[in-house]
Amino acid sequence: MIGWELALDIVSWIVFATGGVAVVVGALGLVRFPDFYTRLHAAGVTDTAGAELMILGMLLQAFSPEYDNSWQIAGKLGLLALLQFLLSPVATHAIAHAGWMVGFKPLAGADLRYEGDGE
Amino acid sequence: MGRLIILVLALAAMWLLLSGYFDKVLLLGFGVASVLLASWLAWRARVLDSDSVPAAMFPRVLGYWFWLTFEIGKANIMVMRQALAVEPKLSPKLFTVPNPPRSTVGKATFANSITLTPGTVSVHVRENEILVHGLTDELADEDALKAMGERVARIEGRPA
Amino acid sequence: MTMFVAATAAVIAAMALALIRAIAGPSLYDRVLAGNSIGTKTVLLIGLMGFMMGRPDFLDIALLYALINFTATLAILRFFSYRKIDDAPAAPARDGGAP
Repeated sequence: MIGWELALDIVSWIVFATGGVAVVVGALGLVRFPDFYTRLHAAGVTDTAGAELMILGMLLQAFSPEYDNSWQIAGKLGLLALLQFLLSPVATHAIAHAGWMVGFKPLAGADLRYEGDGE
Repeated sequence: MGRLIILVLALAAMWLLLSGYFDKVLLLGFGVASVLLASWLAWRARVLDSDSVPAAMFPRVLGYWFWLTFEIGKANIMVMRQALAVEPKLSPKLFTVPNPPRSTVGKATFANSITLTPGTVSVHVRENEILVHGLTDELADEDALKAMGERVARIEGRPA
Repeated sequence: MTMFVAATAAVIAAMALALIRAIAGPSLYDRVLAGNSIGTKTVLLIGLMGFMMGRPDFLDIALLYALINFTATLAILRFFSYRKIDDAPAAPARDGGAP
């Protein structure tokens, strides 16, 4: 019979692995994507999937018998997840809007050209 | 008055969560004092309105967040595939979607939901429409975003 | 324990990638975006370090850092919106540009 501790560890491993992949792939997109507006989307992957999955993994690990105040740790992690959920889109929108107001033009269309450019 | 009570309860819960002490009288006294001071200041500054304590959205907003989690997951997979592709097939474009919610909290919730979903970022929020930047044609689905806006309008509760 | 080491390694690798974008730019807003992204990862790093050392009390610091990171991003954007921005692209500013 598998103890619940081992099951917890296995689930945490899966969650941490998925979250780690999301964080690294998001950062990779931040480096690879061609212009400012497309990079915003890559940063969004890190901010949502990456961060929330990592926090979920820590939340699962908080219930391992190592810690005697599991519920407080879990509550703090829940608060952290909620803050991340509410604040990260505001920050991303602020950056996008600031760039838009200064007059950044986005690349457009499948051939990635600035609007109005000739051949 | 109802909003004041909700604020007091929320602040007290936050204090208890962060401190973790339930039996030290002195610390609990400090907690009560700071919660009451913060609530009194908020009441005196007249900032207790539907923007600062959006009680009308609860509990329906929780179901919306649950639904939004799956949308975010699906969009994440699509954006990650583009970031890993040897030759990313991007076709970024700007488009506007209507912003149906009536209250400012509802409008902000919808704009934040758009930004939170990878592949779409709200660039400019006007009174009745939002300028959205989409990453690919598949992700920048105008009909899906319109449906999301109507969903927010349904859960936002009575207009303030 | 090893899972925290693996997660920390992933976060640090992602921070290095974001740092490349912060140095390469090319524009101010790319750098602010990379800085904000590094801040998000720092929150995760503080939390993971706390668990790795067996002291999850570090989460208080992570919570504070999440708030400071958000405020700092808005403050930087606000600061630069009141100055001329020299490395903006050659395209003419619409909407009157920065106020």
